[in-house]
Amino acid sequence: MSAELGHFALILALGVALLQWGVPLIGWRRRDARLLAFGASAAHAQFLCVLVAYACLTYAFVTKDFSLAYVAENDHTRLPLFYRVTAVWGAHEGSLLLWVLILSGWTVAVSVFNRRLPLEMGALVLSVLGAISVGFYLFILLTSSPFDRLYPVPTEGHDLNPILQDPGLALHPPVLYMGYVGFSVAFAFAIAALIGGRLDGAWARWTRPWTVTAWMFLTLGITFGSWWAYKELGWGGWWFWDPVENASFMPWLAGTALIHSLAVTEKRGLLKSWTVLLAILAFSLSLLGTFLVRSGVLVSVHAFASDPTRGLFVLGLIGVVVGGALALYAWRAPRLSAYGELNLLSREGLLLFNNVFLVCAAGVVLLGTLYPLVLDALGLGKISVGPPYFDSVFVPLIVPLILLVGLAATVPWKRARLAESLRRLRMPAAAALAVGLTLPLAIQGRTTLVAVAGTLLGVWAAGTAVQDLWRRVRSKADWRAGLTSVPRAAWGMNLAHIGLGVWAIGVACVTSFGAEKDVRLAPGAHAELGGYTFVFQGEREAAGPNYTAQQGSVLVEREGTTVARLYPQKRLYASQGTVITEAAIHPGPFGDLYVSLGEGYDDGSWSLRLYDKPMVRWIWLGGVLMFLGGGLAASDRRYRLARALERRSAQAAEATAA
Amino acid sequence: MRYALATLLLACAMSAVRAQVETPRPPIPLDARQEAQYKALLPELRCLVCQNESLADSQAPLAADLRYEIRGLIAKGASDADVKRYLVARYGEFVLYRPRLETRTLLLWSGPFLLLLAACAGVLSYARRRARAAAPPPVDEGALRRLLEERDR
Amino acid sequence: MRFALPLAVLIALLALFAVGLQRDPRRLPSPLIGKPAPAFDLPTIALPGPPGAVPPPARMTQADLRGAPVLVNFFASWCAGCQDEHPFLMELARSGEVRLVGIDYKDAESDLRRWLGRHGDPYAVVLSDLSGNTGIDWGVYGVPETFVLDAQGRIVFKQIGPLTPEAWQRIRPLLQGSAS
Repeated sequence: MSAELGHFALILALGVALLQWGVPLIGWRRRDARLLAFGASAAHAQFLCVLVAYACLTYAFVTKDFSLAYVAENDHTRLPLFYRVTAVWGAHEGSLLLWVLILSGWTVAVSVFNRRLPLEMGALVLSVLGAISVGFYLFILLTSSPFDRLYPVPTEGHDLNPILQDPGLALHPPVLYMGYVGFSVAFAFAIAALIGGRLDGAWARWTRPWTVTAWMFLTLGITFGSWWAYKELGWGGWWFWDPVENASFMPWLAGTALIHSLAVTEKRGLLKSWTVLLAILAFSLSLLGTFLVRSGVLVSVHAFASDPTRGLFVLGLIGVVVGGALALYAWRAPRLSAYGELNLLSREGLLLFNNVFLVCAAGVVLLGTLYPLVLDALGLGKISVGPPYFDSVFVPLIVPLILLVGLAATVPWKRARLAESLRRLRMPAAAALAVGLTLPLAIQGRTTLVAVAGTLLGVWAAGTAVQDLWRRVRSKADWRAGLTSVPRAAWGMNLAHIGLGVWAIGVACVTSFGAEKDVRLAPGAHAELGGYTFVFQGEREAAGPNYTAQQGSVLVEREGTTVARLYPQKRLYASQGTVITEAAIHPGPFGDLYVSLGEGYDDGSWSLRLYDKPMVRWIWLGGVLMFLGGGLAASDRRYRLARALERRSAQAAEATAA
Repeated sequence: MRYALATLLLACAMSAVRAQVETPRPPIPLDARQEAQYKALLPELRCLVCQNESLADSQAPLAADLRYEIRGLIAKGASDADVKRYLVARYGEFVLYRPRLETRTLLLWSGPFLLLLAACAGVLSYARRRARAAAPPPVDEGALRRLLEERDR
Repeated sequence: MRFALPLAVLIALLALFAVGLQRDPRRLPSPLIGKPAPAFDLPTIALPGPPGAVPPPARMTQADLRGAPVLVNFFASWCAGCQDEHPFLMELARSGEVRLVGIDYKDAESDLRRWLGRHGDPYAVVLSDLSGNTGIDWGVYGVPETFVLDAQGRIVFKQIGPLTPEAWQRIRPLLQGSAS
């Protein structure tokens, strides 16, 4: 019964979304305020409908209603409650439902905060969001309904894929989707600007907090994804340039470029058509990611079970949404003219180069991801484009980008006094050089070119950010007044740049000093790695709620003292008859020790894979800092204040006009 | 069929309970230089079974067999190119994670430079146009008056 | 003009994807097509053949495959896809259209006997590739895989995954071409 209710709620949501799309548009044509205001009510109703649908599916999972095909495929009587709830988005159909839930959540948020926006602009934004929703409801209802019944009803479910039974997965998709879907708001603002013809500093100021919020969730989502892959896939990797990872990384790069170009558009009124294009691009790349992951055109680690009809549908959706947006862009963007000079040696000039590197990076990732597909489609054979390619083309783009970070934050808007800026940068440059040369030596006892370069860049990015904050605080006579006078946007920007630096240091150290070893150990035998002694103490049976495991016991010692006891497992999930390895990790601020269990042999010995991962946590710490920085920047007082002011002046204008 | 294959994709991080027979073989010893060569080469090679893992990372039985073969080749003094030739002869160019520079991969390898060049050219031309358009355009008096009148009405 | 560029790029990408959707990225063409079958020297497994049949030699090499077209089927008793294709292989064997040589990949002989006893034996001869080395030389990356060899012992076709009637429709003309 609940399934039918859910299905019905979803159809209802489609109807409401259609109204949300159409009615404000008509209102815009007729200049009818009541029709314009309809979008907000529709957004609320739509959210309510999806929420009901989502709750129905969750209820079906919790109550193990195997009469639903989707539940039967991804649930199991012995699956713990927590994973029964997260299993809702464990496969294609349910994850789409989560997607639309988040999309309508964003729409409601826009409708609430947009009360302070000019009516027409707000209405157009909601209309565009409604149109996107319609596409996704049709996708679910026509090709991927999670509410399809199954007959005869199986007595047992097929179970959630074991590698998805991990807290990392519980966090990764919802947060990632918050980011993906969040870019639809920036997209909607861009389309509204193209339709309405209004694109000025105020437009950029409205769009910025939405973009930053979406970006910060995408950042966190990618960070969780990387962390999950590291602990769950069992080979200690944190990034593999897999198509699925690239699918999330491309919109991130475009979104990062967008945040920076929005700053230029807001402060200087420049780059208008470029900013609009980036806003379209960021969301288009999110949609492209959806297509790549769900259509099966590329080989990937965690592609959804896919079929070509779904692929074709998403392709059509991209054609309509992105094609429509870009056609509108081709038609209207030439009218977005800007006045004002651009000096390349100014903050806006440097931000322009920031955009060059970020967009090129996104382009390179796109090229590498799609190239095998291009060759295959042209009948030129199958090739692989993998980490060695991406590493070698990506690094030359990211290095100048990080160098720019330090420079751009110091150089003022409009026109730089180069000598003065360079003088100011002496301190962070010296610090970067000193730390870069000594830190790897201090923690590892040896150093490499990559480690020095990476640490240097990291300290440079973080150091210039700290210096910028210091300067702002010091500009007031009293440090307390100084602290409070620094706007949240500045805290946020600098915190995100510190995050970038921390990330760079982590990457450099783990790639330079990470070590691994494949060993076969009999109980009592030991192996050495990175100055640690790993003693294999034997293996025993262990059991979890829905699996049995063979659990190895490994004692890690350094210079005679015990560092950690690790219990890597090989788990057998009887429901699917699959075995997965569950690595054991000893985390630390300056490095992880990581052990995964391989095969057991008749003589009682086991093959083990040992890893030493120095500074690996810094990679995710960097991501978290960027997330926090985004949060601070998005909540800056200025956006709230500006909105209130604009609202007041708009009201005043309306009063005069009346 | 396509559907069935696609559902297998996730299976690569796991292994099915299988009765595949493994012949126990002692690992082939390598000297320090060969070991370094082996370590550096493996991440460049793609596993055929778990197509999104390198031979270094994959837990698939075929990957273990291939690792054994590659150790054997290196122990006999094979160069990186020899090992790659050995694999490509059997499985095709697909095994190489770093595509070779050939006519069909020309755009792949030159693309990043072309892209960066085009972007920089775009920025410079934009800056030049901006410098020329620095002065605000002459005000259209008529249009301004019309706007003002409209507002007053 | 430059404002229309993004639209042009999108249209090109969409066309690409539409073509890409028709293809399976995991199927790899074999570089061995058109080349002589790789060398091997494998023990045969003695199986209860039809009454009066000549028992196969104890070992076979690639040279023994020449003379007439032959299907070389890599399979194993532990492989699920092999069970899927098995009924069709039985049908093919009954029709007598082509000689079927099975190469049992990384499999225990006792398991194989039990499996063939249960499902039937379509093979003219079964060779045992216990170490998997022959599989590597033939570029096998997931059983079942089937190679079509012409009378000269050259590989003319490779089927990855279960041998289906549709695949057989494509293979048959190749065999006729090579026999003449």
